[in-house]
Amino acid sequence: MATSSHHLIDFILSQADTTLILSHRNSEWCGHGPILEQDIAITNIALDLIGQSRNFYQYAASLMGNTDEDQLSGMRPEREFKNLLLVEQPNGDWGQTILRQYLFSQFQYLLFEQLQLHKDEQLAAITAKALKEIKYHLRWSSEWVIRLGDGTQESNLRMKNAIEALWRYTGEMFMPAEYEKEAGVDWLLLKDAWTKKVQAVFDEAFLQIPNNTFMQSGGKTGVHTEYMGYILTELQYMQRAYPNCEW
Amino acid sequence: MSFSITKHYYGDIPEDSAGGNELKSTQVPPLGGGGGWPLWEIFIRSKQGLDHKHVGSLHATDAQMAIENARDVYTRRMEGVSIWVVESKHITASNPEEAGELYEPAVDKVYRHPTFYNLPDEVNHM
Repeated sequence: MATSSHHLIDFILSQADTTLILSHRNSEWCGHGPILEQDIAITNIALDLIGQSRNFYQYAASLMGNTDEDQLSGMRPEREFKNLLLVEQPNGDWGQTILRQYLFSQFQYLLFEQLQLHKDEQLAAITAKALKEIKYHLRWSSEWVIRLGDGTQESNLRMKNAIEALWRYTGEMFMPAEYEKEAGVDWLLLKDAWTKKVQAVFDEAFLQIPNNTFMQSGGKTGVHTEYMGYILTELQYMQRAYPNCEW
Repeated sequence: MSFSITKHYYGDIPEDSAGGNELKSTQVPPLGGGGGWPLWEIFIRSKQGLDHKHVGSLHATDAQMAIENARDVYTRRMEGVSIWVVESKHITASNPEEAGELYEPAVDKVYRHPTFYNLPDEVNHM
């Protein structure tokens, strides 16, 4: 197989892993949401994300051959997972979950806007389909960021704490891994557009983008934070306990 | 023999009996049955040309959130193409105890019903 198709597969897997892990994190709220309606909202988003991850896994499996979505999500070790560090971070309080979702959805929206025009037709189709869902995630999460940032002293403080906890994982989104360099994505444009959008929402929410934060990276190449192993232990339990069980 | 039953409402299950280790110390303060958030009545139009129908109510802090909550709660299975929300406090309801004087006088006035016309089958939704 040519290097370029290896790179494409890794790129698709990184999209699959990122959406799967964020979906899992959001699903941890199921039954614990602050209010029934928001419990449903966050689990709906978890379902959307798992749908996206299945599309990516199925496509990756078809390119790789001899594997399937259950093997790819349920049997690969931690070092092979290529998800962003941001999405594996703990839920924390509602504010931290909201902020994580917003920072990611804003990124995912702009990224998929580019990918829907990708020369690989299947990748273009998957991302174009996901964009409508993402647009809603973005709207829902940005309204929550503003609501909490511009809410009470307590909610504003919690959002500041969330920014403190999560900002260091945002830089990685725009640092292309080896397999992303030829992915047909303009990473500089993406970073610029993302920063402007986040700035606008933060302004409205009375929140500030931190200066001079050291940016953590490694998720895209399989070097994860301490939380990842625990996620996979839970997530992969079924497939490892009952090999070849189907979703 | 007597049993002691403690009833927990949604969202205020005590932390020590709720699952999810990571959530324990950081859980948002319990709001009970939507405690503190206003109640909204939700109306959904299921397809173009039909009217909005009352489908239920939910809690939200503002109208925008009420629409989004309604989208998540009531239109997950393609039930609607349009949503109206109105805060429940703005609805004035008739008193059931006054049902006698309000509705019974209409019972014996059959001539008010348009039952004496033959409608063609093509006319729907009448």
